[in-house]
Amino acid sequence: MRRDIFQAIADPTRRAILVLIAVQAMTPNAIAEHFDITRQSISKHLRILSECDLLAQKQEGREIFYELKIDKMNEIDIWLDQFRKITEEKFQQLDQVLFTIKNKKK
Amino acid sequence: MSLLFDFTVDKATKTIHITREFAADLDLVWDAFTKAEILDQWSAPKPYRARTKEMDFREGGRWLYAMVSPEDVKHWSLVEFINIQPKSSFSTKNSFSDEKGNSINDAFSLVKNSFKAAAETTTVHIEKVFDNLSTLEMMVSGGYKEGLAAGLSNLDEYLRTMVTSK
Repeated sequence: MRRDIFQAIADPTRRAILVLIAVQAMTPNAIAEHFDITRQSISKHLRILSECDLLAQKQEGREIFYELKIDKMNEIDIWLDQFRKITEEKFQQLDQVLFTIKNKKK
Repeated sequence: MSLLFDFTVDKATKTIHITREFAADLDLVWDAFTKAEILDQWSAPKPYRARTKEMDFREGGRWLYAMVSPEDVKHWSLVEFINIQPKSSFSTKNSFSDEKGNSINDAFSLVKNSFKAAAETTTVHIEKVFDNLSTLEMMVSGGYKEGLAAGLSNLDEYLRTMVTSK
């Protein structure tokens, strides 16, 4: 069954799972550790994400790892976007620091 | 006061150009980019803190600092100063290191920071060239994994674009 991708990202837990596995492939147990919900509901979220064709599975020994199924170039766009955001936040902090220093000097 | 912020990426040359205007004079902005006690106050994105271990701002010198997570996990970075033109520009080689400043992998970026004074503001232009775009991925994901979980709106937007382009 193929689901609508909107269904995947409508849920905040599933969005958080996508962000986690975008960083690195993870086992369901490792994913579950990041959330305060049952292992069962994590499995349900993973199933929905799989049905949306957003997850790739790979077997390593007895463990199954999930990773985000997008091509490398698109992935880099996500990192660039995040980097832009981080940069913007840092500079807003610097605005505050400059403001404080200028006021002290007065 | 609205301050200019421009961020452009040239994937072909693996270069990021950032231009940002600050409401302060050149002397102060220069200090904010080159003095540890000011850098520590702003150079880590929340909830991280920047903590300088060593700062030797001169050509051939280095800045060794850690991004400290709320759980007190430290991610070390090394900035080596290659060229310094006082109050005008400085260029660096940035890499990941251990707490002693030994590189932990081959990834690095070359950065040139240029400063330009105007009447009431100072504009900083940052040109960041990556050896490889996956270095950027590492920079963002390695250092700020927890912070990423907070930045979901971008992912939402990205996923929507992906849907519409299908």
